[in-house]
Amino acid sequence: MSATATAPAQRPAAPAPTPRARRRARGWSLRAPLLPALIFTILVTQLPFLFTIFYSLRSWNLLRPDSGAFAGLDNYAYVLTDAQFLGAALNTVVITASCVLISMAVGIGLAMLLDRRFAGRGVVRTLLITPFLIIPVATALLWKTTMFDPVFGLVGFVLTPLGLGEVNWVAQYPVVSVVTALVWQWSPFMMLLVLAGLQSQSRDVVEAGQVDGANRWQMFTNVTLPHLRRYIELGVLLGSIYVVNTFDTIYMMTQGGPGTASSNLPFYIYQRTFLGFDIGQSAAMGVIVVIGTIVVATLALRLIFRTFMSDQEAKS
Amino acid sequence: MTATATAPAPRTRPAAAPAPRRRSRGTVGGTALTVLTWAIALVFVSPALWMVLTAFKTEGIAQTDPPTLLFQPTLEQFRDVVGADFTPYVGNSLIATLASTALVLVLATPAAYALSIRPVKRTKDVLFFFISTKMLPLVAVVVPIYVAAAEVGMLDNIWTLVVLYTAMNLPIAVWMLRSFFLEVPAGVVEAAQMEGASLPRVLWSVMLPIMAPGVAATALICMIFSWNEFFFAVNLTASQAATVPVYLVGFITSEGLYWAQLAAAATMASLPIVVIGWMAQRQLVRGLSMGAVK
Amino acid sequence: MPRTKGRPGRLAALGAVGAAVSLVSGCAGAGGVAAGGDGTTLVVAIVSNPQMEDAISLRSDFEKENPGVDLRFVTLPENEARAKITTSVATGGGEFDAVMISNYETRMWAENGWLENLQPHIDASEGYDAGDFLQPIRESLSYRGDMYSVPFYGESSFLAYRTDLFEEAGLEMPADPTWAEVADLAARLHDPESGTAGICLRGLPGWGELLAPFNSMLNTFGGRWYDEDWNAQLTSPEFRRAAEFYVDLVRKHGQPGAAGSGFGDCLTHYSQGRAAMFYDATAMVSTVEDPDSSKIAGRSGYAPAPVSETDYGGWLYTWSLAIPTTSEHTDAAWRFLSWMTDKQYTKTVADEYGWERVPPGSRVSTFENPQYQEVAGAYAEPMREGIADADPKDPGIRPVPYTGVQFLAIPEFQDLGTRVSQQLSAAVAGQISVDQALEQSQQYAQSVGDSYKEAQ
Repeated sequence: MSATATAPAQRPAAPAPTPRARRRARGWSLRAPLLPALIFTILVTQLPFLFTIFYSLRSWNLLRPDSGAFAGLDNYAYVLTDAQFLGAALNTVVITASCVLISMAVGIGLAMLLDRRFAGRGVVRTLLITPFLIIPVATALLWKTTMFDPVFGLVGFVLTPLGLGEVNWVAQYPVVSVVTALVWQWSPFMMLLVLAGLQSQSRDVVEAGQVDGANRWQMFTNVTLPHLRRYIELGVLLGSIYVVNTFDTIYMMTQGGPGTASSNLPFYIYQRTFLGFDIGQSAAMGVIVVIGTIVVATLALRLIFRTFMSDQEAKS
Repeated sequence: MTATATAPAPRTRPAAAPAPRRRSRGTVGGTALTVLTWAIALVFVSPALWMVLTAFKTEGIAQTDPPTLLFQPTLEQFRDVVGADFTPYVGNSLIATLASTALVLVLATPAAYALSIRPVKRTKDVLFFFISTKMLPLVAVVVPIYVAAAEVGMLDNIWTLVVLYTAMNLPIAVWMLRSFFLEVPAGVVEAAQMEGASLPRVLWSVMLPIMAPGVAATALICMIFSWNEFFFAVNLTASQAATVPVYLVGFITSEGLYWAQLAAAATMASLPIVVIGWMAQRQLVRGLSMGAVK
Repeated sequence: MPRTKGRPGRLAALGAVGAAVSLVSGCAGAGGVAAGGDGTTLVVAIVSNPQMEDAISLRSDFEKENPGVDLRFVTLPENEARAKITTSVATGGGEFDAVMISNYETRMWAENGWLENLQPHIDASEGYDAGDFLQPIRESLSYRGDMYSVPFYGESSFLAYRTDLFEEAGLEMPADPTWAEVADLAARLHDPESGTAGICLRGLPGWGELLAPFNSMLNTFGGRWYDEDWNAQLTSPEFRRAAEFYVDLVRKHGQPGAAGSGFGDCLTHYSQGRAAMFYDATAMVSTVEDPDSSKIAGRSGYAPAPVSETDYGGWLYTWSLAIPTTSEHTDAAWRFLSWMTDKQYTKTVADEYGWERVPPGSRVSTFENPQYQEVAGAYAEPMREGIADADPKDPGIRPVPYTGVQFLAIPEFQDLGTRVSQQLSAAVAGQISVDQALEQSQQYAQSVGDSYKEAQ
């Protein structure tokens, strides 16, 4: 129906059905290539979510085959008053925010160092991107054992002069440990993005700045950073999308512990599902998380899309 | 001091002369910065280097206080890992990674093309939808997927992972590819269409060659995320379809004896993607940034 | 018995993902590169304890006797294995032909109709001799008189201690130690400078991890989870006393990184000589006394599980093998189960690795074997007594509405136990106080208890 409604507005003198049909056909031929991907995405990601909503309204414990009755919003009430769930939500925010921001800072630093010619630059860049490529499961295990082990770990050995040799990092500072491993993994990704941004920076601008007598710090804050803004925003967006879903690092490193000190939402819900087998409650948690994410993401995405799309639309 | 005149030491003083900033090789400040860069890089990757080093140790040497740097390297750990059924995991990971990446490209290319040409309305909404599916926490859908897969006998089946990884990477691929399509000059496409070339033909022989580096970058990103994916792999597979990350779960309680073997397994598990990533790093930088800003 | 099949929404969910899944798979055929040849492939899910690893390395022995049957093992640490096996069995996922479970699951799952009744198979297998299984073990794996899983090894708990270190320090282990005495000994032997902890105790969350030793301690301290009317008792003085004692002991004189160490980690700690005492499963001996894996083989003494107010304090546990009803290879699966739990298997392990490595505590004949008695002189008797003494029906001092020594045989315990153990583990790590841990735990326990009150 929308085609009929909009078409006259665009081209008022087109009463004959033939051009309209042709235009509609052309519209479909343009949309058709979009459909396979769209349908596939909806089938695999959206439909299962409808079932999650359905499950969230039942009282269903896998281990009690007689359960499964309709429970209304009971699960939601329980979940929203569960201190551990709220703690996990807070952890998710803390882990995601600190990981993304620190990785970005480290990434910018590394990219600035790489943004000049020097002996072995290619090798250094190759070394620096490696942590992003190593399987996160392995990264987590390595940090947990060879790095953070209180007796034989490298971190303890290096920090012994500071009096931190005996610290049991994973048990005493689980969130710090998890964030460290994540930052190590994500900094190279941020570095790559920022590096691309730096290399697209026009030489003229830099030189103009230098002629003006700006010092390096002024150059950085007044010229480089504004230029990098979009790259940084993109890094923050992509980083957040992936880090907020972090599961493997926590699973391998701390199992959400001690207690639930380092559980984030994905891990906590996983535990409720596959160790607690309370499908109703974990489904309710899933739904709540999706709603929360949509709210946050809508705001963030709209903001970023505005920045990214405005220029290009102005161009076209 | 001529050095100061040609290339002032970075950080310390304002640049008085319009010297080419990026060519600081050979100066005192430049050398210092180079050394610093190398030092930082080595410290940063030291956990990875330590992993590789540990992989060549015996279990006894892997756990010493203080840590051992010099030792007689051994291939024992690698032999053990290969001997312990490691190969089927690699095979599964290869299928999951390559098949899902191929499928992503097949699905995403036309979609990205459609989104890159103007007349499709609501481009923003569709893009927004694609990206928003990435925000959906995987845990929120894993139970229905598990139940459905059990119902049709597709649990512990590698093709289940292929489908899921395709869905997982599709949004990012559509997004990246779309920006590469925008790079292709409109005139080229119009010329080809004037000559009567069909759409698939235009895509294949006119646009793809121009976009090759972008497609490579997209494929690489998909491969990294598929190879490394853990959540679905650990919950939906058991033995037949278990991938490389699942193999590493066995090492969770390895606090004691198995550091060297763990390091060997981790090294081997990561190697394929690390090597591919190294080889394609230029495309990666270019691809990410083009996908980023266009 | 109701199975989960036919649950509302499942068939419809089939349409959702199934359609998309089969689209691709339809043309692709088999499941993965690992698909077997013409014969039967048995997929076996087991826990990665040392004895199970031995069984895996002896697989060729089974495959030789059973041509055409190919074994594929999924080995995982305890918590991960439980998650995987329970999910698969409870949803009828059907990935596994044989699973390793315990006396916690067997009866409940048999009641739900999730497990194959093994009794007909046992009766039809000549020479299998199920009468040879220790009585308490056999009983704990039976439902309505039929066995639904068969024991791979059985265990109680006891206290291992380093005779050499005791001698050095001029200390002596009492014949029937109390927990107070153990704590005192731990304080004297604790020597972090030289890398020796006073005692090794599990701190890893998981009802089968931290809660096993803790619950056995709780019982002998006179505590209980619920009173007869399903009122949660986690903040009662007895429970608090036990929790404080446990947390204190492991924090002050336990191994480093205690909050993250489960059975496997503790086993490594102790057998690497990094602890003077180790209170845990009797099955530890297969590693502790094996010179290949232990630096301290032959240097341990064994005392019965420490007590406080009761006469004995050990638990009763058995890792056992069962066949989910979803298996399509029941006969082949039974052949595997009987191979791994047969007397002959014990001999095979003994020949291959020595008598100290045989899976202990399940068969009378093993205890009575002279060669076993020779190597196991130090621990065979405490082990056997521990198993015989443990009483799942009456674990503590006061009556309880549940059965089980170191677990509560109710379906919710898997979840409840995990959550409570997380709290206690956090207290072990020093993240929260014992009081905080118990307050929170009490809430969890009460909401489970309430659901039983309603049912009464």
